[in-house]
Amino acid sequence: MIEAEGLTKDYGDKRAVDGLSFTVHPGIVTGFLGPNGSGKSTTMRLILQLDSPSAGDVTVNGKHYRDHAGPLHQVGALLEARSVHTGRSAYNHLLALAQTHGIGRRRVDELIGLVGLHDVAKKRAGQFSLGMGQRLGIAAALLGDPATVMLDEPVNGLDPEGIHWMRNLLKGLAAEGRTVFVSSHLMSEMSLTADHLIVIGRGRKIADMSTEEFIRQASGNLVRVRSPQAAELEPLLSGPDVSVQGLGQGLLEVRGLTAAQIGDAAAANQFVIHELTPQQASLEEAFMTLTREDVEFKAAELEPEEAVL
Amino acid sequence: MNSVASAQQLPRLAHTGRVTWPRVAHSEWTKLRSLRSTRWSLFVAVLLTIAFPALFAAITSSHWGSMNAHERANRRPLEIALAGVNVSQLAIAVLGVLVITGEYSTGMIRASFTAVPKRLPVLWAKTVVFAIVAFLLMLPSVVIAFFASQAILSGHHILQISFSHPGVARSVIGGAVYLMLVGIFALGIGAIVRNTAGAIATFAGIFFVIPPLMNILPTSWNNAISQYLPSEAGRQIFSLTPGSHSLAPWPGGLLFAGYCALVLALAAVLLIRRDT
Repeated sequence: MIEAEGLTKDYGDKRAVDGLSFTVHPGIVTGFLGPNGSGKSTTMRLILQLDSPSAGDVTVNGKHYRDHAGPLHQVGALLEARSVHTGRSAYNHLLALAQTHGIGRRRVDELIGLVGLHDVAKKRAGQFSLGMGQRLGIAAALLGDPATVMLDEPVNGLDPEGIHWMRNLLKGLAAEGRTVFVSSHLMSEMSLTADHLIVIGRGRKIADMSTEEFIRQASGNLVRVRSPQAAELEPLLSGPDVSVQGLGQGLLEVRGLTAAQIGDAAAANQFVIHELTPQQASLEEAFMTLTREDVEFKAAELEPEEAVL
Repeated sequence: MNSVASAQQLPRLAHTGRVTWPRVAHSEWTKLRSLRSTRWSLFVAVLLTIAFPALFAAITSSHWGSMNAHERANRRPLEIALAGVNVSQLAIAVLGVLVITGEYSTGMIRASFTAVPKRLPVLWAKTVVFAIVAFLLMLPSVVIAFFASQAILSGHHILQISFSHPGVARSVIGGAVYLMLVGIFALGIGAIVRNTAGAIATFAGIFFVIPPLMNILPTSWNNAISQYLPSEAGRQIFSLTPGSHSLAPWPGGLLFAGYCALVLALAAVLLIRRDT
C-alpha cells in the first residue's frame, strides 16, 4: 500500500511533481502512466525518500519508507536510472544489498536463478546489456520478498520473451497479495498488465481509475450517425447515459450507445439512416489525447532543424 | 535465458531481518573487497610504502662515499624508512574518495540508500571498514619499510636506529595511523563533493597546494599558520623530532583527527539533507 497526499517536488523553479494524491492498493497491478518527463521517476524517488518532497507526504505500508526496520522487506524497487556499481559483479551487488538485512547467500542464488542471470552472475555489471541490467535490477528489487514492488519502466530493454516474463511476474506478485506499482510511458503495455491506472502529465494527476474504465472512457462508444431525419432522431436516442451531439448537415455523434442499438431504434421508428459508423479511438490515441496538453516538449515547439529528427 | 519464462513464482523468504549496524558494515566490507579498484589502490599503497624507503636507502648507501659531512649529517634514517608514507598517501586518498564517489558516479548510491534509507549507517560503516582495512595493511607495510631500509643501510653505523629508541616505534606506527586518517579525511571529502575528480582535486588542494603557498606569506605568519594545516599537523604523528614551528606529535595527530571528524560531520549533515 502506497499513500501519497499532496506530493509536490520542485527542482529550482521547475515543478516536477505537483500536488499528487493517490493510493496504490495491494493485490492488483497499478500502472503509473505518463509521457516521458511527466514526473513518474521523481514520484518514485520521493516514495523511497531518495529525494525529499517540497510539500506533501507519502507513506508505504503505513510508515515513511525510512522508518521501516527492514526497508527491503517493505518495498522492492527498480529505478529507471541504473543503480549498480559497474565494477562489481551481479552476484556481489546482490550480496552486498542482501547483507544489510541479514539475508543469506542462498537467497541471492535463488534470485539470480529467478531472473535468469546464472551464466553471467560473476561478470561485472558494467558489461551487461540493457536487458541484463534490468533483470539484475529486478533481482535486487525482489531480494527482500517485499510487500510492495515498485518498478520504473521495467520492460525497457527487454526482449519480447522478457516482456512476457515480466508481465506474468507482475501478475503473479499481485495475485500473492502484494502491492505492485509499475510505471510506463507505453499505454499498450499497461493495458495488458495493469488492473488500475494512475495517469499523470506535467507532475499532475489526470486520471485514476480501473484500466477497464479508462479504456471505456477512451474509446467512449462514439458512433457517427448520418440521417436526413437527424433532428427527429436526436430526442429519440437521448437518455440519461447517452449524449447526442448534432454536428449539422444531418450528422450526429452519439456517445453511450452501440451502432446496433442505434440502428434498431431507428428501424423501430422507421427513420432513414445514411451512415452508422462506430468511431474506435485506439488506446494510444486516447492516451495521447489525454496527455497532449501535458507533454513536456512538444515536437511543434522545437526548432525546425531539430524537428526534422 | 530460455529457462526464465517457466520460473515466475518468487520464492518466499523464510524470515525477515532488520537493518543493523554490523549488517551494514558487513555489506560495506563486501562492497570494498569486490571492486578491482580497491585491490589495485591498496596494492599500490603497500608497494609504495615499502619500495620507496628501500630505494632511498639503496641510493643513500651507494652514494655515501661521495657525500660531504654536512650532507651525511642531513640523512635521517627514520625519514628514509617512512619516505613511502608521503607517496602512498595519494593512493590511500584516491581510494578513500572512490569508496564513496564511485557509488555516486555509477548510481549505486541509490541502491545503497534504498537498502539503508537512514543513510548515516552507510557513511559510518564505509568509514570504519575502510579505516580498519587501510590500517591493517599499512601497519605491516611501514614496519617492513623500517626494517628493510635499516637492513639496506646496515653498513653505515651512523644511519642505524633502534626500534626501541624513544619515539621510533611511535613514528613507525604513526605512519600507518597517518595513512588511515588520510583515508578517512579523503572519504569525508568524497562524501561532501560526491564527484571523483572534484574530490581528488579538493584533497590535493588541501594537502599539496595550500602548504607550499604558505611560503608566500610573511615568515612569521607562515610559521604561525602552517603548523595547523591538516597535512602539517598530521605528519607530526610520524616525525621523530618536531621542528621549531611544528606541533608535537600527539597534539598534531589529535588536531588532524579533529579535522577528519569535522569533515565527516559536515559530510553526515549533507548526506541527510541532500537529494540523491
